[in-house]
Amino acid sequence: MRTLLILPLLAFTLAACEREDREYRSNPVTAESQEKIALVPLSAGPGGPTEQRSGLGKEYEENAFHISQGQRFYVWFNCNGCHANGGGDSGPALMDDRWIYGGQIENIVQTIREGRPNGMPSFRGKIPDDQIWQIAAYIRSMGRNVPKPAAPGRKDDMSPGPAEQRRPPGEVIDGGQVPPSAQMPQ
Amino acid sequence: MGLTRLVCALAAFLLVWPSSLILGQTQPQPSAPSFAATPEDGQWAIPQKNYANTRYSDLAEINTGNVKNLQVAFTFSTGVNKGQESAPLVVGTMMYVLSPYPNILYALDLTQAGAPMKWQYNPKPAAAAQGVACCDVVNRGPTFSNGKVFFTTLDAHVVAVNAETGEEVWKTKLGDINRGETMTMAPLVAKDKVFVGISGGEYGVRGWIQALDINSGQSVWKAYNTGPDQDVKIGPNFKPFYDSDKGKDLGTTTWPADAWQQGGGTVWGWLSYDPDLNLLYHGTGNPGPWNPNQRPGDNKWTAGIFARDPDTGEARWFYQTAPHDIHDWDTINEMILLDMEWEGKPRKVLVHPGRTGYLYVIDRTTGEVLSAKPFHALTASTGFDLKTGRMQVNAEKEPVNNRVVRDICPTAPGAKDWNPSAFSHKTGLLYIPHMNMCMDWESVEPNYIAGTPYVGAEVRMYPGPGGHMGEFTAWDIREGKELWTINERFPLWSGALATAGDVVFYGTMDGWFKAVHARSGEVLWQFKLDSGIIGQPTTYRGPDGKQYVAILSGVGGWAGSIVSNDLDPRDGTSAKGFVNAMRELKNVTTKGGTLYVFKLP
Ligand code: HEC
Repeated sequence: MRTLLILPLLAFTLAACEREDREYRSNPVTAESQEKIALVPLSAGPGGPTEQRSGLGKEYEENAFHISQGQRFYVWFNCNGCHANGGGDSGPALMDDRWIYGGQIENIVQTIREGRPNGMPSFRGKIPDDQIWQIAAYIRSMGRNVPKPAAPGRKDDMSPGPAEQRRPPGEVIDGGQVPPSAQMPQ
Repeated sequence: MGLTRLVCALAAFLLVWPSSLILGQTQPQPSAPSFAATPEDGQWAIPQKNYANTRYSDLAEINTGNVKNLQVAFTFSTGVNKGQESAPLVVGTMMYVLSPYPNILYALDLTQAGAPMKWQYNPKPAAAAQGVACCDVVNRGPTFSNGKVFFTTLDAHVVAVNAETGEEVWKTKLGDINRGETMTMAPLVAKDKVFVGISGGEYGVRGWIQALDINSGQSVWKAYNTGPDQDVKIGPNFKPFYDSDKGKDLGTTTWPADAWQQGGGTVWGWLSYDPDLNLLYHGTGNPGPWNPNQRPGDNKWTAGIFARDPDTGEARWFYQTAPHDIHDWDTINEMILLDMEWEGKPRKVLVHPGRTGYLYVIDRTTGEVLSAKPFHALTASTGFDLKTGRMQVNAEKEPVNNRVVRDICPTAPGAKDWNPSAFSHKTGLLYIPHMNMCMDWESVEPNYIAGTPYVGAEVRMYPGPGGHMGEFTAWDIREGKELWTINERFPLWSGALATAGDVVFYGTMDGWFKAVHARSGEVLWQFKLDSGIIGQPTTYRGPDGKQYVAILSGVGGWAGSIVSNDLDPRDGTSAKGFVNAMRELKNVTTKGGTLYVFKLP
């Protein structure tokens, strides 16, 4: 009976190992990843803006461990005080499809690090770089912009609605759209 | 139609008649004190209308018979699509309208057709202040005195503006947004001082009230609402009525070590002033954080009422409506000063419809509670003990860490939040715009990081018994009971206005501006505005001699931030749990920011 239980558990753990490749030494608070990204799809001259992503973002947002760590840090650093469980409060909703400052993980990392003018505090020097990436990965999971198996399941605290994993896959709309309050009710 | 109205009026008359007949002989209705019952000048110079906070005008051109003919006289856009909680003021031939952040003050010229803008004054508050405003970027109004208009800005400045020219006279910085300090309240001016307080009870701000010199803007005194007696301005003249408020340095000893430093007790609501007693009355906000398990003790001097000497700030008495508050029950709601006969003796009273769900009648010379009667469905408390002045807390509804406690009534914004009631000098009744809601609450461990929220609770709210969320109630203070109530689908977040024409005004979050019969509660007229209403109606006599009624539309505030901040209705815990109850608001109204002024044809 016991072996019967242990075997699938072992199998699970091994399977998890595959996608849970990660660094165990965390970066110092001052270390800062550099991504070449733009805030708009528009650029001077032909073609889109020149961007270069290191691939770090993909590593974080496709990894269940990073996302669940991010979920923890999201509360730890009081993000939930201003953004609730993604629906927003004094800060904008993060689970919706509308992104003032870009909805790619690299944009979100930048938002957290630099802050934003209308009241988003800068967390530079307060949160270690890898934890910023983890939080950003978790935020990507709110609108289900991450693979389903990596998204968090139901949490222990008061349920604000369906868990990230059960949300339909989302899309990201960058920039100033028609404010949702001026749209037809869905 | 005509007949039904007649029958309704008759029925209402019969309803009111017997009680006033029987009791009218034994005890008169409470009345406004003499300092608030001065001859009507046709102006509306401060949001409270007068020092007693009655929000009553003696103008009677608009009455129960003709109010149905009200029509729009002019409109004006504030240019800001956030929650408009402010009161339009009228002084002389000018109207003053204050927008939410970025707190633009407009002066409109009432002598010209269409009331064109005469000037605007822009204090340019820091944009980052928006992040540390707990409940939308609202402002509760400017105030006028001595040729100047005074108001607070979201980034914690107080400004004085020349009422004629719009020029800045002075501007004083009183708080730091990096510590979560903002300002949203309407100042009160008395004697030669401007009284203001700080907001930020959800950010671990240590609350205070200050008096500024009316001419220079310099601070004259500052009193904290937590901490050692010296900071709180408690000295030998402090004589609270109840024993639980007596003792040395209760502002530190009723807290775990140093917790008072982030203990809340902010001042963001309504101030009253009694010139005869020379006492200033102000409430104190909720203790921080919301999670009460972080702060065993009574948490003095949060969630209570102070009477202070306006000249020195010295505390005279204090009464705590929610000792060791467990549900975010600030005591900043309006305090209406009335004269009333109590058990055969005349008393100077202070009437306070509290977030706790009780309507308090307090002797304003001593701080003794004469009565506390529920005006909302209650599960959080089981009754009120007049001996100790304490409400009896229902132990079953006390928060436990990491457990969801269900069916707590009223909710975190309370039976009634900031939006002020009106007292009719004519009917002697109090008109209370309030809520009918309950909630689930889970306390979680908070983490203090300056400039970020310090709450420690997950909340979701929903309608109370009956399924509606708003109620407009006419309250008989003497009897301690309601006379009639109008149910509304959404919570009431607008103030009330009472007039000598026996018409009472209020607005709903789905955008209806209503005039009701002050005695029967019959809705006599209603008009749909462009957005939901959370503002304060006012009335005045225009330069043409006619009576006007003014109101701002523009939904928002804590209750309406689902619309004004585009919150996602899928997360019921957004806006500290209000979104769970307000999902439908998105389907019935959009953002706005428009002044509407009405008159008879
Ligand atoms: C004090 C309140 C506050 C705190 C704490 C806070 N935010 Fe924000 N956040 C805001 C505000 C306000 C904005 C909007 C800024 C703007 O529009 O300029 C914002 C914007 C954002 C955005 C950009 C949204 C978009 O549409 O582009 C992201 C992402 C974000 N915050 C994530 C976080 C994370 C992660 C944390 C915790 C590490 C956090 N926030 C903590 C208030 C806050």
